[in-house]
Amino acid sequence: MAELNANIPEGDLTEKWTKLRSSMPLVNPSNKRSIEIIVVGSGLAGASAAATLAEMGYKVKCFCFQDSPRRAHSIAAQGGINAAKNYQNDGDSTYRLFYDTIKGGDYRAREANVHRLAEVSSNIIDQCVAQGVPLAREYGGLLDNRSFGGTQVQRTFYAAGQTGQQLLLGAYSSLERQIGMGKVEMYTRHEMLDVVIIDGKARGIIARNLITGELERHFGHAVLIASGGYGNVFYLSTNAMGSNVTAAWKAHKKGAFFGNPCYTQIHPTCIPVSGEHQSKLTLMSESLRNDGRIWVPKKKDDTRKPSEIPEDERDYYLERRYPAFGNLVPRDVASRAAKERCDAGYGVGKSKLAVYLDFTANTERYGRIEANKHNIHNPDKATCMRLGREVIKEKYGNLFDMYKQITGEDPYELPMRIYPAVHYTMGGLWVDYNLMTTVPGLYALGEANFSDHGANRLGASALMQGLADGYFVIPYTIGSYLSKELATKPISTDHPAFVEAENAAKATIDKFLSINGTKSVDYFHKKLGKIMWEKCGMARNAQGLTDAIEEIRTLRKEFWSDVRVPGTTGSFNPELEKAGRVADFIELGELMCIDALNRNESCGGHFREEYQTPEGEALRDDENFSYVAAWEYFGDTQFKLHKEELKFENIKVAQRSYK
Amino acid sequence: MSTENMNLTLKVWRQTDNKAQGNLVDYKVSDVSPDMSFLEMFDVLNEDLITKGDDPIVFDHDCREGICGACSMYINGRPHGPKELVTTCQLHMRSFKDGDTIVVEPWRAKAFPVIKDLAVDRTAFDRIIAAGGFISVNTGNAQDANAIPIPKSQSDAAFEAAACIACGACVATCKNASAMLFTSAKISQLALLPQGQPERYRRAQSMVAQMDAEGFGNCTNTGACEAECPKGISLENIARMNRDFYHAKFVSEEEV
Amino acid sequence: MASFGNAFSSSIGKKLIMGITGLFLILFLIVHVFINSLIFFNDGGQTFNQGAEFMAHNWIIRAGEIVLFVGLLAHIYQGLRLVFENRAARPVKYAAYNGSANSKWYSRSMGLLGTLLLIFLIVHLSDFWVVSRFTGIPTEDALGKEDLFAVMVDKFQNLGIVILYVLAMVSLAYHLLHGFASAFQTLGWNHKKYSPIIRAFGFWYSIIISVLFALMPVAIYTGIIK
Repeated sequence: MAELNANIPEGDLTEKWTKLRSSMPLVNPSNKRSIEIIVVGSGLAGASAAATLAEMGYKVKCFCFQDSPRRAHSIAAQGGINAAKNYQNDGDSTYRLFYDTIKGGDYRAREANVHRLAEVSSNIIDQCVAQGVPLAREYGGLLDNRSFGGTQVQRTFYAAGQTGQQLLLGAYSSLERQIGMGKVEMYTRHEMLDVVIIDGKARGIIARNLITGELERHFGHAVLIASGGYGNVFYLSTNAMGSNVTAAWKAHKKGAFFGNPCYTQIHPTCIPVSGEHQSKLTLMSESLRNDGRIWVPKKKDDTRKPSEIPEDERDYYLERRYPAFGNLVPRDVASRAAKERCDAGYGVGKSKLAVYLDFTANTERYGRIEANKHNIHNPDKATCMRLGREVIKEKYGNLFDMYKQITGEDPYELPMRIYPAVHYTMGGLWVDYNLMTTVPGLYALGEANFSDHGANRLGASALMQGLADGYFVIPYTIGSYLSKELATKPISTDHPAFVEAENAAKATIDKFLSINGTKSVDYFHKKLGKIMWEKCGMARNAQGLTDAIEEIRTLRKEFWSDVRVPGTTGSFNPELEKAGRVADFIELGELMCIDALNRNESCGGHFREEYQTPEGEALRDDENFSYVAAWEYFGDTQFKLHKEELKFENIKVAQRSYK
Repeated sequence: MSTENMNLTLKVWRQTDNKAQGNLVDYKVSDVSPDMSFLEMFDVLNEDLITKGDDPIVFDHDCREGICGACSMYINGRPHGPKELVTTCQLHMRSFKDGDTIVVEPWRAKAFPVIKDLAVDRTAFDRIIAAGGFISVNTGNAQDANAIPIPKSQSDAAFEAAACIACGACVATCKNASAMLFTSAKISQLALLPQGQPERYRRAQSMVAQMDAEGFGNCTNTGACEAECPKGISLENIARMNRDFYHAKFVSEEEV
Repeated sequence: MASFGNAFSSSIGKKLIMGITGLFLILFLIVHVFINSLIFFNDGGQTFNQGAEFMAHNWIIRAGEIVLFVGLLAHIYQGLRLVFENRAARPVKYAAYNGSANSKWYSRSMGLLGTLLLIFLIVHLSDFWVVSRFTGIPTEDALGKEDLFAVMVDKFQNLGIVILYVLAMVSLAYHLLHGFASAFQTLGWNHKKYSPIIRAFGFWYSIIISVLFALMPVAIYTGIIK
């Protein structure tokens, strides 16, 4: 098996990025004007990259499938964004953020990338505040912080439960500024259907105008994929309905390796599934775990109302199992613990697939503090609860409203019922230190790449990574490639490679419309999701994965012979879009299972039932699996494994413990 | 409020493309669970239409958790339906009762042309932002985030204005199809923050000019936009925009 | 040289003209209702006629009258223009439109209420203003003043006219109910502390002014005021 070169700069960990940045070849301003860059996706990574590259002088084309770049799914991130500012004076530092992230990722992330992420994290907050992002503040006028899982400091910046929205709107406004100045050409309601490779380098894309159905060819000296994650392979996830893997998957099929596809994050606090009709799951921010205590009844099949279960008959299982971190253990740990309790028969609610997230204790505590402020001495419980509710409302009001809207239950009165759900994918296109994939000139940013989170992402780190890649990494690293491309004149889109790629895309579309089978695209998507959730979800085993691979292959055959895609290609046809995305999900699903089957260990979000400690914790095998699995595509379900060894020179690899 | 499954009649606007004539078409949907969202009810209907060989109904939607602003149905004469402070994707069927007839139309405004069925083109909003809804700060220019303290009340007010999701319900419900609530929310957010001061009046004037150029109507202060806004954006923002606009025109010596 | 640019032709500029002229007309109504209320002295119109004569012959008032007419015409012109522009902003109407769910009917009907008021104004002006300024008031009262009161008493013997006036004052009440607070909002005077006061004041202003005006023809017709 070939070794992959991640192009990590030499030198001391803390100096790698600074040194590289200062020694990187530059492109002079007049040359930048003649260099074109394509950005696919307009979320945190895409929008920030497109805006920054345009500010630097490059000609940028940006594509998104939504009707506006502002609707990219980064907008839905709730809780916050990490940065090693140490504003709270609680001992935070770049190193500590780096350390927490590596440990949180269960020692499966690349040290140099993570350290760079920690280094630029502070700049992100500065940049966002300068853009007018209204992050939460204290009465003194300075920025507020809260805690997130897997850390013991307060380093998470937030804007109520809408941090992603506010950060994205910041990046979006920068992007719109460049659009207004004519430096970025924005293509909304466009979907990338292929990468065009000429002489081994990425030179453009084929995109479909979703309204007219026309296929368009676009040239670029470099192509940036910032199309997000692939959690929708599970059908039910917290991702948006349109979130898809197509851009990344097409890139993969054109030669970009896919890194760690099996690393999926299952978020512990989501609203449980309510019925067959459900189209998506809704997250309840991790920030709720700051003030909510998670519990199940100590008695199996307890049907009493939560308020009727006395304190000593409740099992606060996270606090019991992990006294040091309690309710703020990392997501993978919290999710598995919830599953363990429910599987053991202690689940609550109609489906018994839920646990309680209870705010009573902290509401009362806050109420007592408030009463004190108001000079109310010896307040009774009702007064405390009333005052405390106001505090809770200020902190999490929109989340509580959302919960009530969806479930019809008032979380101020009853504890929330929550259950884990697919939320994020740590895996993605393999990239080197410069964020370049294995195809020269083809880059991957944000959730679309695999690079920074290892086998489990810590809360509030996705926003950090997306913006770090877009604002502070790619604008520098792309220079080292583009400085060698100055002689490359724009290639005509009549080049045979463009024609061939467009014809292939057209053939696929025509195929979808000609099958004229009996089942809708959603039927196949739901079926795929079920296979993936049951066999490649929170817990996996060799037998299940082997079965899943077979089932997916069968499903794929059925899809291509029996799917029904109504309408025509020359019009706005969302069913046709879905067909393309689900076809790619089916292929990806198989690779995820292959990867999960290959990784004979448990780490982070990847939990193989065969590999666990006596206490049920993930059991890593550092000797044999301390590597990034990067898969090369060889046509029709043929994938070849390449390994990138992970070297830990600055951190002592240990069994992860949050006890 | 229904807790039992329901049978409903839908009257849905169907229009094949921007040029075509549209009309309301009747559909029966049966066995609708009260736990379904309004859009999930449409999923079920579409699934049915596809199996029958009909064209499914096109509508915009994405995050389905009330934040992306894509969903945009005009339900029984109100944007996002009968409940306050929710988007269509978060409207649940328990808000209806068995036997109801529900009329579903697209947003209607000259500046929001229909693309197909219930989907409309809202890129006018993007162009309003591109005209000035930003602070001109290039990446790397920023000073330390805590260098300028901002009073919490002011920062909170900016946040409340910034909560706008650009769904367009304000335009859809306004009898004049005016976009002032949307435009003023962005102008206010940035006007309330110290970082937004240098461009404050320029911004107000250029965003208003773009808003006018897009063909939105004029505000007559009916307050419908505020009442229907799923994010509770306040009319105070429009007053603030007016003030800033007057400042740009009558106080400032700069001509934009 | 810098100019005012589109200060008045922009959407906010048009509102500004509506707001300023509206507030000006609101001020005028106070003067108007004050003078007219002098009939309630029920002294055969003597006090009223004195007031009316002052209004008719003081040059400052006459000059103000010109400004008033310009303001009124601007208010009417701009109002009609807004109605048509706003209609054009929604070429395809909704099949179902539930406006009452989110706004008051009269705030959505300012064009209609304004048009009713315009029709009324034409009748009203030809009834009194044309008489007092141009064609001349036929009689004099006991003090030798022009007896505008007599013209008034004469007009309001006709039940049809009385009903027209009362209905017009209902329109005026609703027009003001929205217009008063709306003008302040347009001028940008929205404040958490003051706006509720403005709204309350506007409410009582609209009711009191309209009721006082409506009482006049009713009181004369029923013979309470002679």
